[in-house]
Amino acid sequence: MSDELVLEMRGIRKEFPGVVANDDVSIQLRRGEVHALLGENGAGKSTLMNILYGLYRPDAGEIRLNGKPVTFGSASDAIEAGIGMVHQHFMLIPVMTVAENVVLGTEPVKDGLLLDEAAAERRVADMAKTFNFAVQPGALVEEIGVGQQQRVEIMKALYRNADILILDEPTAVLTPQEASDLFEILRTLRREGISIIFISHKLKEVLEIADRITVLRRGKTIETVPREGATEESLARAMVGREVLLRVEKQPAQTGDVLLEVEDLHVTDDRGIEKVRGVSFQVRAGEIVGIAGVDGNGQTELIEALSGLRRAERGLIRVGGRELHHATTRDVLDAGLGHIPEDRQRRGLVLEFSLAENIALHDYATPPDSKWGWLFPGRLVERARRLIKEFDVRGGGPFTPAGALSGGNQQKLVAAREIDRDPKALIAAQPTRGLDVGAIEYLHRRLVSERDEGRAILLVSLELDEILSLSDRILVIYEGEIVGEHTGAVSEEQIGFEMVGVGRKVPA
Amino acid sequence: MSEPRHDLVESPEQAAQTGTLAARISLSQRAGGIAVPVATVVLAFLLGGLVVLATGHNPLDAYHDIFNGAGLNWFFHPTTSTQGAAGYNLSQTLLQTTTLILTGLAVAFAFRCGMFNIGGQGQYFVGLVVANWLGVNFAGMSLLPHAVLAIVGATLAGAVWAGIAGVLKATTGAHEVISTIMLNWIAYYMASWLFGAGGPLQTSDPTRSTVPISNDVANSAQLPVIWGTHGFQGLDIGFLIAIAALVVFWALINRTTLGYEVRAVGFNPDAAAYGGINVKKNLIRAMTISGAFAGLAGAVDMLGYLYHYGTLDVLVSQVGFIGIAVALLGRNTAVGTFLGALLFGGLLYGTTQGLSSDVIQPELATNLTWIIQGLVVLFIGADLLILYVWNSRRRLRPRRPGQAPAKATA
Repeated sequence: MSDELVLEMRGIRKEFPGVVANDDVSIQLRRGEVHALLGENGAGKSTLMNILYGLYRPDAGEIRLNGKPVTFGSASDAIEAGIGMVHQHFMLIPVMTVAENVVLGTEPVKDGLLLDEAAAERRVADMAKTFNFAVQPGALVEEIGVGQQQRVEIMKALYRNADILILDEPTAVLTPQEASDLFEILRTLRREGISIIFISHKLKEVLEIADRITVLRRGKTIETVPREGATEESLARAMVGREVLLRVEKQPAQTGDVLLEVEDLHVTDDRGIEKVRGVSFQVRAGEIVGIAGVDGNGQTELIEALSGLRRAERGLIRVGGRELHHATTRDVLDAGLGHIPEDRQRRGLVLEFSLAENIALHDYATPPDSKWGWLFPGRLVERARRLIKEFDVRGGGPFTPAGALSGGNQQKLVAAREIDRDPKALIAAQPTRGLDVGAIEYLHRRLVSERDEGRAILLVSLELDEILSLSDRILVIYEGEIVGEHTGAVSEEQIGFEMVGVGRKVPA
Repeated sequence: MSEPRHDLVESPEQAAQTGTLAARISLSQRAGGIAVPVATVVLAFLLGGLVVLATGHNPLDAYHDIFNGAGLNWFFHPTTSTQGAAGYNLSQTLLQTTTLILTGLAVAFAFRCGMFNIGGQGQYFVGLVVANWLGVNFAGMSLLPHAVLAIVGATLAGAVWAGIAGVLKATTGAHEVISTIMLNWIAYYMASWLFGAGGPLQTSDPTRSTVPISNDVANSAQLPVIWGTHGFQGLDIGFLIAIAALVVFWALINRTTLGYEVRAVGFNPDAAAYGGINVKKNLIRAMTISGAFAGLAGAVDMLGYLYHYGTLDVLVSQVGFIGIAVALLGRNTAVGTFLGALLFGGLLYGTTQGLSSDVIQPELATNLTWIIQGLVVLFIGADLLILYVWNSRRRLRPRRPGQAPAKATA
């Protein structure tokens, strides 16, 4: 990294109707640095980057590229000037090869007309080698993993000679292993003199990869600090504007009766492959049991079977002592199981429904919400008002469509609905995925306090940190089997080993 | 700038944070309000006007005469008499509107459950057939029970006909667009045969044994006329039944647990299932209710003013298909469906009535309705595109601090 500035955004202001998204924001990017842009959802990170990428025009302020002032009327101006952006949602064509996707729009041509497939693949292969990308230029994009697709996006930008690369929450879609591969690539790019803006709200990864960190809060620049000396606590404080408890404080569990019980459960997925293979466990009142595991080891099928969304092949499920055999979702709900689903937008909420309607999703068919099939919207709204207040859901009222809320507030809404039903047992699947520090803190504290209320809580998460800090007991799932159980202190390494199948119990 | 607002109008940034494409579309459609349907109609009429212009006529004159032909000038000189042309024309427009409200609702209800019911036409035929059969037979009954019997029978028949598509979708996953189109053809040929020469429902009058037309329904099954003269196509209580159907539709959708389930399944079947809703049951139920509306349309037409039906009528009938345009234009709401039905009812009748060839080419007159209908369906289909262009324009427009936010609602 040199001290040479490649990019300077100064005094940027951008206003939307009713919201000042950026207010006098400034950021300086040096050549060959990874510069993290840190902030909660809605802090103005995306707006700032969309301005840089030519998608929005700022109301005030200036952008200097290599010392010269520039204005971008569109993304193509920005690309022309050497800025590349990798969005959270990839913009690739699945049925085309890696090479075709990379060269799309600037294809090498032979005979003045035809796509020179060989040249395209050669160039992409060269580039992959230079930057150590490990992708097959001839592979179809739909057949490669998410981490590889992301590399294709990065290569697309580099192919257009980007020397400034914007990555919008790149790790949100990655597994921990893929994320560390990505960081390796970013280090290579940095050595090659590429400057990287890394948008994130995850403190750990920012401290791992960034050279400098700029924190935004409510549209304003709070500070730019070097990584040295910065801590998770100091960054969280700058991000949220107050002290944040990163560690969850909790008393030892006071356990009671078994409220959720699973015995020898077998579940197959849609393709008929057995994903849960003889799982048994119990969750008692007043404890949080965490299920740790790498994505795709049967967690989804386990949760779906527990909540009645998928029929188990074999095995027993008991909620509050009631045996549920081939139960429907309705039966499970009535037995007293709450469920915060892993995908709040696909499963947990009807985004087009108002908050009031979403809160009624389980209980619309019973009094007081309705009687004899007649719905009482006024009562839905009343309950929504109460829960919005109690769970501090911000960004809308009872009539706001749920899709208009930020992720954290959507999750609070789901939690509010599930907890307000006073469930005996609560499944929390990936409860804080994609959420910012403030919302995570809130949800963690809430889960602990619900535990203390005497609920049995089953926490399923891919974030090992979350499992470790919340759980009273930890189960490790690997290839559909529980391969480890831990109470009390256990090292991250030990669980990490078990998660990938090392130290697996040999069946007797 | 006032303090941040937290209501339905979200900033582009917030909207962009919303997850799925469908969610974003849904939100922007709410923001778009009635602007898009109104723009659609205006645009369709402009293009239709160009066609009129191309034939060497003045589109303004043509539209003026269609307006009067539809009896809409009645509103400037209201009178209860149908002796005057305006009153009579309006009553005829409302007859068309009645049918279109019901066939429109047949499309709208399925839409609210995420399904596209193209089968309104077939369900309408089934309703006509059953209403005719019940209305011709059982002639010994007194007025109210006979008419009610025929209406209920035809409504149930339409419901069952559409229900077939619902069951196929729920059990085998067969797409409702394909199955309802096929059911349309079955109903079409069935009705042609039933009313045709030698068919079971053909007229029993021995002097007309080669005429492919049914018997008239008995007097006891004919609906009372509320405006105009019985026997001269006066406006019958079918119109009030259609208005009642609009109210029922609105209440079902917005005020019952059934409507809640239907909408939840329509927006997001995964979330509905997670909420404890039986998705398959709702698919079947929504299709059935849709078909009931179309069957009812057949009943009120048959018992209200047609009284008989023939093979040729089967050949030319389009009301089920216009129902699609009505529902799309009306955004699948009760009020919207009413307005859409009124628009197309006026066009249907207004273009057939005594338009002078000085004003519009006679061959073009009735076809103008189809042109405009086609354009409306096309534009609503392109709705998403229009919204997209609209939003990106708005996103790029520089906005000064303090400037009043431009609302997209009209």
